[in-house]
Amino acid sequence: MRYYVLQRVFLAILVLWLVHLLVFSMVRAFPGDVVMMRLAQDATMTRESYERARQELGIDRPFFVQYGETMGDLFRGDLGDSLLSGRPVKDELGDRVWLTLHLAIMSLIIALLIAIPIGVISAIRQDTPADYGGRFFSILGLSLPDFWTGVVAILIMSLWFHWLPPRGFEEIWVDPVKVFQQLGIPALIIGFRFSAIIMRMTRSSMLEVLREDYIRTAWSKGLSEQRVIVGHALKNSFIPVITLVGQQFSILLGGTVIIETIFLLPGVGNMTLDAVIFRDYTLVQGAVIFFGGIMVVMNLLVDISYAWFDPRIRYG
Amino acid sequence: MARETEPGLLSTSPASVRGAAYDALKRQAVGLKRFARSKPMGAAGLVVVVLIVLAAIFAPVVSPYDPYESNLNENGLPVRLEGPGASFPLGTDALGRDVLSRIIYGARISLIVGLGAVGLGTLFGALVGLVSGYFVGKVDQVLQRVVDTLMAIPAIVLALAVITMLEPGLFNIILVIAIVIAPGTSRVVRGTVLAIKENVYIEAARSIGAGGTRIVFRHILPNVVAPIIVIASIWVGNAIVIEAALSYLGLGTPPPTPTWGGMLALEGRRHLENAPWLALAPGAAISIAVLSVNMLGDALRDVLDPRLRNR
Repeated sequence: MRYYVLQRVFLAILVLWLVHLLVFSMVRAFPGDVVMMRLAQDATMTRESYERARQELGIDRPFFVQYGETMGDLFRGDLGDSLLSGRPVKDELGDRVWLTLHLAIMSLIIALLIAIPIGVISAIRQDTPADYGGRFFSILGLSLPDFWTGVVAILIMSLWFHWLPPRGFEEIWVDPVKVFQQLGIPALIIGFRFSAIIMRMTRSSMLEVLREDYIRTAWSKGLSEQRVIVGHALKNSFIPVITLVGQQFSILLGGTVIIETIFLLPGVGNMTLDAVIFRDYTLVQGAVIFFGGIMVVMNLLVDISYAWFDPRIRYG
Repeated sequence: MARETEPGLLSTSPASVRGAAYDALKRQAVGLKRFARSKPMGAAGLVVVVLIVLAAIFAPVVSPYDPYESNLNENGLPVRLEGPGASFPLGTDALGRDVLSRIIYGARISLIVGLGAVGLGTLFGALVGLVSGYFVGKVDQVLQRVVDTLMAIPAIVLALAVITMLEPGLFNIILVIAIVIAPGTSRVVRGTVLAIKENVYIEAARSIGAGGTRIVFRHILPNVVAPIIVIASIWVGNAIVIEAALSYLGLGTPPPTPTWGGMLALEGRRHLENAPWLALAPGAAISIAVLSVNMLGDALRDVLDPRLRNR
C-alpha cells in the first residue's frame, strides 16, 4: 500500500513538472507577447522602448536562461511576477484561489447529489419511464452549454426577479449566506453539466454490478432491495465512477473558467482569461499550474481512494 | 497468377450495374429502418443532424436574407432589434441583420470546426495510440507522459493558452480543438490495441514474418475502427461546444462571420434585457445541434460496441 501511494505521488509530481515545462515552452514558442499587447494600446511606443521593455521584463533572454531562473524561483516557492500588473503571481493567485475552490467543490457536491441517485434509480429500474427520463436528463445536461445556461440564468434573475448576486467574495467560514447567494446558481449550472457525465457512468457501472453472482446471492438470501443496493451493490459500483470523476474533473474546472467570466466572479478562471488576452506569460503559467495542480491532486486522491473502495488494491 | 472469374460475375452491363446499385440502396434502406426501430432517439438525432448539414450546405438557398446585410425599412433605416415575427422569424439584431439567416450561416462554422477538429484530433490521437499500444516500452512511456500532461490541463484552459498564441482564424481553432481531442482518443485506442495484441491472429501474422507496420495497419487498425468511431462521435458535440465557448470568449472566428457562440456573446449579451431573442436563438441552435449529435453518438455506440448493448 505504501509503495502504491509513493508511486502515485512520484507520478503526480512528474506530471506537474511536465505541465509547467509544456506551458513554459508553449508561451514562448509563439509570436506575440505582452509588450506587443501594450504597444497596441500605446501609440508613443517606439522600437527602442519596445526592446527596453522586453529587457526589463527579462523576456528577451535565451530560453534556457529563462527556464533555469524560473525553476530556481519555483523551488523557492516563487512563481514570478505578473508581467502586466507587476504583482507576484503567488499573490494574484492567492486572492482568487478560494473563490474558485469554493465554486469547484460546491459544483462537485451538487453534481454527486444529482447524479448518484438518478444513476442508481435508472439502473435498478432499467427500461422503465424512470430510466428513460434519467437518460434524457443526462444527455440534456451534456448538450446545454454552460455559457448559455449561465446567460439564461442571469436573464431570469435580473429580468424576472430583479435580483443580482452580491459582489465581493468572502469565504464560507466568514459569511456562508453570502457564499450561497453568490455561488449557488453558478455551482448549480456547473454541477448540472457535470452530473450528466457521472450519472451515465453510475448507471452503467451499477447495471454491471447488479448482474454479478454475489448480488444474486444477496437477493436469494431474501434481503430487502435497500440492503442489496445500498449494502452490496453501491460501493462496488463506485470504482469506475470515481475514476471518471477524477478524469473528467477538468470539465468541471473548465466550467469554472466560463462561469466566472459570465457571472463576473473574481476567481482564477476569470483571471486566466484576462492573462491569456493580454499575453501575461507568468500569470498564464501560474494559472495553468494551478489548474494542472488541482487535476493532479484530484487524480492522486482518486488513485488512493481505490484502495479504500477495493481491498484487493489495499492488500495487493 | 491471374484469378479466373466466372463469366457474368464481373460483367459490367448497364442492367447488372443498375441492379447492384439498387440492391445496395435497398440494403442501406433496410439497415436504416432497422436502426430507426431499435434506436428511435438515435434516428431522431440522425434526422436533425442531416437537416442541419443540409441547411449549412444550402445556406444561400434556405436563408431568407443575407446574413451580413442590414435590412432596411420603408424609411431607409435599419430594422433594429425587431422581435420575432412574420417577416423575421427569429427577429433582427442591433444592425438590422436577420437572426435566422445568421444562425443558418453559423451552422457552417460549427460543422466545419466540429467535424474538422474531430477528424484531425482523432487521426492524430489514433496514430499516437496505435504506436503507443503496439510498441510498448520507452516510446509508450514517453508518449503516455505527454498524454498525461495534456490531460491534466482543462480543455478550455489548454485551448485558451494555445489560441491566444496563434492568430485567430478558422484553421487555428480547428487545430486547437484537435489538440484538446487527441490525448483522450489516444488513450482509448492504446487500451484497445493492448487488448487486441494478445489475440492469436496477431501472433500468427508475426510468425509468418509480417512486419510491425503491416501488423499495425492491416491487422490491428481495422479492429480499432469501431471504438474510434464511437469516441469521435462523442467528441463532435464537445467540439461544437468548445468552438462556441471560444467564440463566446471572443477568441473564435472573428466578426462579421456569423458563429453561434459569437452571436450569443456579442449581440446576445449586450441586449440581454431589451432583446433576449438575440441570446436565446443561438443558444438554442447550439443546444439542438449538440443534443442531436449526442443522441446519434449514443446510438452509434450501442450499435458498434456490442459490450454496451442493452445497457
